[in-house]
Amino acid sequence: MNGNGAVLATSGVSKSFGPVQALADVDFAVDAGEVVGLVGDNGAGKSTLVKSIAGIYSIDSGQLYFEGEPVTIKGPNAATELGIATVYQDLALCDNLDVVANLFLGQEEVIGGPGRLARVLDETAMEERSHELLEQLSVTIPSVRSEVGTLSGGQRQQVAVARSLLGEPKVVMLDEPTAALGVPQTKQVLALIKRLRERDLGVIVVSHNLANVFEVCDRIYVLRLGREGGDFRVAETSEEQIVAAITGAEFGNGNGARREPA
Amino acid sequence: MRIAIPDSAAPAESPSEQVSRREILRRFLQGDLVSLRVIFAIALIWIVFQSQNDRFLSATNLTNLFLQITPVALISVGVVMALLLGEIDLSIGAVSGLAASVMAVLNVKNGWDPTLAIIAGVLTGAAIGLGQGLLFTRFRIPSFVVTLAGLLAWQGALLQVLGGTGTVNLTNSSITNLANTFYSDAVGWIVAAAAIGVFALVTLGGYVRRHGSGVTAEPLGLLLLRVGVFAAVAIVAVAIFNSDRGLPLAVLILLGFVVGFQLLTTRTTFGRHLFAVGGSAEAARRAGIRVDGMRVVAFTLCSSMAAVGGVMAASRLLAVNQSSGGSDLLLLAIAGPVIAGTSLFGGRGSVWSALLGAIVIGSISNGMDLLAFESSVKFMVTGGVLLAAVVVDALARMRRQEQGRV
Repeated sequence: MNGNGAVLATSGVSKSFGPVQALADVDFAVDAGEVVGLVGDNGAGKSTLVKSIAGIYSIDSGQLYFEGEPVTIKGPNAATELGIATVYQDLALCDNLDVVANLFLGQEEVIGGPGRLARVLDETAMEERSHELLEQLSVTIPSVRSEVGTLSGGQRQQVAVARSLLGEPKVVMLDEPTAALGVPQTKQVLALIKRLRERDLGVIVVSHNLANVFEVCDRIYVLRLGREGGDFRVAETSEEQIVAAITGAEFGNGNGARREPA
Repeated sequence: MRIAIPDSAAPAESPSEQVSRREILRRFLQGDLVSLRVIFAIALIWIVFQSQNDRFLSATNLTNLFLQITPVALISVGVVMALLLGEIDLSIGAVSGLAASVMAVLNVKNGWDPTLAIIAGVLTGAAIGLGQGLLFTRFRIPSFVVTLAGLLAWQGALLQVLGGTGTVNLTNSSITNLANTFYSDAVGWIVAAAAIGVFALVTLGGYVRRHGSGVTAEPLGLLLLRVGVFAAVAIVAVAIFNSDRGLPLAVLILLGFVVGFQLLTTRTTFGRHLFAVGGSAEAARRAGIRVDGMRVVAFTLCSSMAAVGGVMAASRLLAVNQSSGGSDLLLLAIAGPVIAGTSLFGGRGSVWSALLGAIVIGSISNGMDLLAFESSVKFMVTGGVLLAAVVVDALARMRRQEQGRV
């Protein structure tokens, strides 16, 4: 498999930490305009897979493909430049800065100015682009000049997702986007994920919440003990089948290739 | 969501407009309220001392007050760089003394050109800050330990540089003029007029630009009020200086550094990243900001400003001696910005607070001197004021946490 057609694919990816085999021979892919749920029990290797794709971990063996081309991702910045954006669970926002400042943190619009270190900020341009971006994504916040610390969890999550889109990525990975959110806020975030799909992005959602996964995903990829535990089309799958694949219990026939863990 | 705020009450406002408008008001109050609180405190202190001794608010004493606070305020400007990161630099007092002694010895004993000697002194401070910043970031030693070691070491270096006599008197006029030059009335008024003009242009220019592109702008009335207040302060200040010896060069230098650093921290990528690292170093790192680089630069700026303050103190004292940069200078330079609203926890504050805080502490000290208070009382009162300010800072932080804002 070389990821033909997929915007992002992994082929036979393995990663171990000392004696612990975190990922073993994982083939995973996401298409443009597709939302893939990445599920599995604690320690199944979800985070390891996300971090391997995001360039935080280097893989031991196997190959990553981006838009069909084999790539090696050295470091988080390389992943971002390639077009892979990651939104982590702990959001990585600065509570003491406003929404505009957070959206553009590290990639500020500048007027010019002395030296590389201190360029003059173009606040007006940044604020305009923030309005545009948030409007496109139908994100509702009191004001783009609100301090992020004053926003609700759902609003913060939406700001974090919007922030990841500024670099015009092709793939967005969301780590537990609905954890610790209330029902209405979860709805907002799920709606936002659907809008990402409409923008033809490949979206990977790591989540423990199967109800959310079923609501928003096109496909569900199960990891079990670091190996593929099944690859299911949501439309043809029941929640019980996914639970069975996660826990390793025998249940009916999964649509995907299932392998017993070694 | 794109809303331009009309400066007079619009007949019908949509709810989002009201929210946005309230948000602007809230930001204004939060941003300027801290400053207003401090300005109110200064007014109170001045009224109390004036009621006890009617020489306190005389032109001569106010001019002296500003000359007294200039070295501390210059050092505090640098301290704010460290505080915004949530770090602290305890070596600033010793560094200011060492930098002044380097300047003095090079000029007086080695016959260096005064300008070169001053530059050498400031570069000494910069080099120390760079070294301490690298130690702090490379070995992950808490900044207060690195700079505490620095405090002792640079104190020793000061004694070493000064040599056997222990005191170097400054006679070169280029150096002593820094703190002892007063401009004529005309120059004072020209400076005030220029400052008011630039401030008005920048404030209203920004309004026009924001209004034109349709993003949220502060109400025009508020901006006009701000320009008016600025103009009034500038005019009154120059009038006071002129009725004594004139506008002091030292105060101009201080204001220059305050404005420069204020612009650096609020209008540039460097400042934005400084606040980001102070707010959440992890978030800043993930945004691609070189966190350790920012820390090293901030500590370098901090020590450089300590050196500038040391040079100014030496110019005012006309000498450098073994107690230069010692005593309570370090603590007052850190206490000032904290009293005026810069958080010890990082990410919140302003360069402006360095000036306001120095005025608060300087006024208390100056007033108690006029009333011939004992040193014992002065220390205790200053300590009490600092404690009160830190409590206010902690309370503000707790209130933010209660509202879910960290």
